[in-house]
Amino acid sequence: MKLVVKSLKYRRLANRTVQVLSALSASVGLAMLLWILIVVFLRGFKAINLSFFTQLPMPPGMVGGGLANAIAGTLLITVLAALIGTPIGLMAGIYLAEFGKGRKLAAGIRFFTNIMIGVPSIIVGVFVYTLIVLPSKSFSTYAGAAALAIIMLPVVVRTTEDMLTMVPNSLREAGLSLGVPNWRVILGITFRAARSGLITGVLLAVARVSGETAPLLFTALNSPYWINSLHEPVANLTVTIFNYAMSPYADWKQQAWGASLLIMGGVLFLNIFARIAIKTKTRTR
Amino acid sequence: MEIGLQKANSKGSYRGDRLFRRLALCCALTIPLLMIGIVFELVRNSRLSLAQFGFGFLTSKAWNPVTQDFGALSSMYGTAVSTLIAMLIALPLGFVIALFLVELAPPRLSAFFGSAIELLAAIPSIIYGMWGLFVFAPFMSNFVQPLLGKYLDFLPLFQGPPLGIGMLTAGIILAFMILPYISSVTRDVFQMVPPVVKESAYGIGATNWEVTKAVTMRYSLRGMVGAAFLALGRALGETMAVTFVIGNNHQIAASLFASGNSIASTLANEFTEASDPIYLSALVELGLVLFLITFVFQAAAQLWLWSIKKKLA
Repeated sequence: MKLVVKSLKYRRLANRTVQVLSALSASVGLAMLLWILIVVFLRGFKAINLSFFTQLPMPPGMVGGGLANAIAGTLLITVLAALIGTPIGLMAGIYLAEFGKGRKLAAGIRFFTNIMIGVPSIIVGVFVYTLIVLPSKSFSTYAGAAALAIIMLPVVVRTTEDMLTMVPNSLREAGLSLGVPNWRVILGITFRAARSGLITGVLLAVARVSGETAPLLFTALNSPYWINSLHEPVANLTVTIFNYAMSPYADWKQQAWGASLLIMGGVLFLNIFARIAIKTKTRTR
Repeated sequence: MEIGLQKANSKGSYRGDRLFRRLALCCALTIPLLMIGIVFELVRNSRLSLAQFGFGFLTSKAWNPVTQDFGALSSMYGTAVSTLIAMLIALPLGFVIALFLVELAPPRLSAFFGSAIELLAAIPSIIYGMWGLFVFAPFMSNFVQPLLGKYLDFLPLFQGPPLGIGMLTAGIILAFMILPYISSVTRDVFQMVPPVVKESAYGIGATNWEVTKAVTMRYSLRGMVGAAFLALGRALGETMAVTFVIGNNHQIAASLFASGNSIASTLANEFTEASDPIYLSALVELGLVLFLITFVFQAAAQLWLWSIKKKLA
């Protein structure tokens, strides 16, 4: 081998160089994270006050107002999406983990699930636009929720399958040997054993879609008003950030930073909360 | 437990099982159905444009809503170039970070850096967009681009006014968005290397880097390729971060300082403005092109990773 020939001095030098380089690279990643966090926090903090949470947006160019409707809208869309995406995703995950072992159909579904995770979110937006918005002739809350649910679905399916396959078979066998029907074993025993992992998976999926913008651009659109019905465009934080950031008004840009802080804070909180939840759970076991 | 009290082997429980199983199957089938639905809807809604421009759509630089002449070339070029820049930066960086996390850092530090990198992946892309437009683009135009222009201006890549916004900035931001994917998948692959193999290399006196080069990297080369493909799929379809900083200009410029557009950014910017049927149809066809490109890369990555798993098992 080549490496035997080289002098010890050279080898040590090469080793040191790579060590320093790799530590530097990791620090660059960390620095980027800190840079983004600090900028968003400092700029966003200036925009946040009571009226930010309680008032409607002002007309273009006027100072003041808030994003109360967008905050409510984002919450509404995300909750609706979770209500659609979670049960379907859990059931699909059950199919793959409990009924699909070694089946070609399940392997195919698994393959599509993984691809679906990588489908660009804007494509899902276009899809829902053509599927729901065009026929109903209106941007709407449920179109936005459907788009987010579609993005969320494969993520939930995959984590559900992963978590369920980690449950030891002996637990299932114990239940079945008592004569418990399979479906009750799955929901009562397997699910309970995998509970913390499933919750984490769903939370991470919710966190991921709650910060999405691209699929909402032409499904939920945006609105300066309160929500009246699910058939109308609905205000939401992420599209508001996009619109406000591209506007010429300083006050709107300021509010876009406030909204960014809110979204980022929410998403990171969900992430950290979900991860801590699973860590403490596995440690106590 | 209450479940133990179920009537065993009664007909009802069999029926319940069958029902449950069918319900689960139906839910699982929604995913392939959605994929088919996406392809169907995209093709159906782009038929106007497909009929009018044919294959010329892919090779035409035109994008003119007024004369209703559309082509995908400038968008595809922008998607390709921004992704290429991102990959060139993120691949080496991501691999080296994974190396640091697995081989070099003490466990505590590794856990800390590991979660920091994962948080980087959790930040919504619109935040990258805001930060990119208002913080990173000015940074590029004030510091990085003048430097590149000063020392590398013999390359056409780095010529032109340092505006901050443009292909290069978009590529760099994309790089930091896909970095976590590369490093976390690579980290997982590195951790799959059997310790015995590594220890035997250490045992004959190899240094850290030599073990990495000769054992870890050789052992996990295929996994690293898979990670690269996954990240590539991500970068191709990333929308908001790119839309904020790429400049949204339908042109193909030699300089990376110039503004451009990508498929995703064009969709994000123009979709709600498209009033003519043919305009909308052309946009949907752009979406179809993007979907097919990402589908190919994702499918390739899946099959690749799957074949490795089979081989290792």
